[in-house]
Amino acid sequence: MANDGATMYKKYSIEPANFLLAGEAAEQIKKILKQLGIDNALVRKVAIASYEAEMNLVIHSCGGRLILKVSPDEIAIIAEDDGPGIKDIELAMKEGYSTAPDTAREMGFGAGMGLSNMKRCCDRFFIQSEEGRGTRVEMSFVL
Amino acid sequence: MGLHIRDLIRVLEAEFLCGEDLDKEVRSACGSDLMSDVLAFVKEQTVLLTGLTNTQVIRTAEMVDIPAVVFVRGKRPSDDVIQMAADRKIAILMTRYTMFEACGLLYQLGIKASNAR
Repeated sequence: MANDGATMYKKYSIEPANFLLAGEAAEQIKKILKQLGIDNALVRKVAIASYEAEMNLVIHSCGGRLILKVSPDEIAIIAEDDGPGIKDIELAMKEGYSTAPDTAREMGFGAGMGLSNMKRCCDRFFIQSEEGRGTRVEMSFVL
Repeated sequence: MGLHIRDLIRVLEAEFLCGEDLDKEVRSACGSDLMSDVLAFVKEQTVLLTGLTNTQVIRTAEMVDIPAVVFVRGKRPSDDVIQMAADRKIAILMTRYTMFEACGLLYQLGIKASNAR
């Protein structure tokens, strides 16, 4: 996706199943937003949503990207991956539903809260997925 | 009411593993091993009590501005985890009390649940 009018654009590659690095991109995003002087409560919301999105990429995807776009009127966080895709999005959005493996649960994730957490944090939430192709989540936060 | 980190150390008879500012205040507490729940419910100025000792606990604490983490039941995190917390100025305490006891001790002192919902 092009840098359409965003005053800042950052793209982070997320490795699948790398729990040691998981959260690094979200931490960077939080740092950047703080440096931009964004209000603390909003920074916190974006950080939580970014971290959940990043954990989803680490836990479920075969690799993906976490993107931060800052424009004058909004912050956007985009998580996109190269598969495997979500079979039933409605079910995946349900709190408590999870397909995460034990490795994720051992880290305190995989409780089936991720997507609903993300949705609650942002002002606009969009998710699109195709089995075998991949998933794309877009979250915007009004400034 | 709030408690300072030095009070947490005293009340929980905790070992202080890292942190700089013992006068930092916490106003509420959350006891959980589910980091997604922590991300969903926790307010600022909350102390997190947990039995998990991996790096994602510190990442989670950083994301929601948790100033102090207490590891319960005498679980000692690895040096990497302690270093990670120190780099982020998050205080780390370790108590021999179980999750239930540690939460109970703080509750008795008037510390409330952290629930942002």
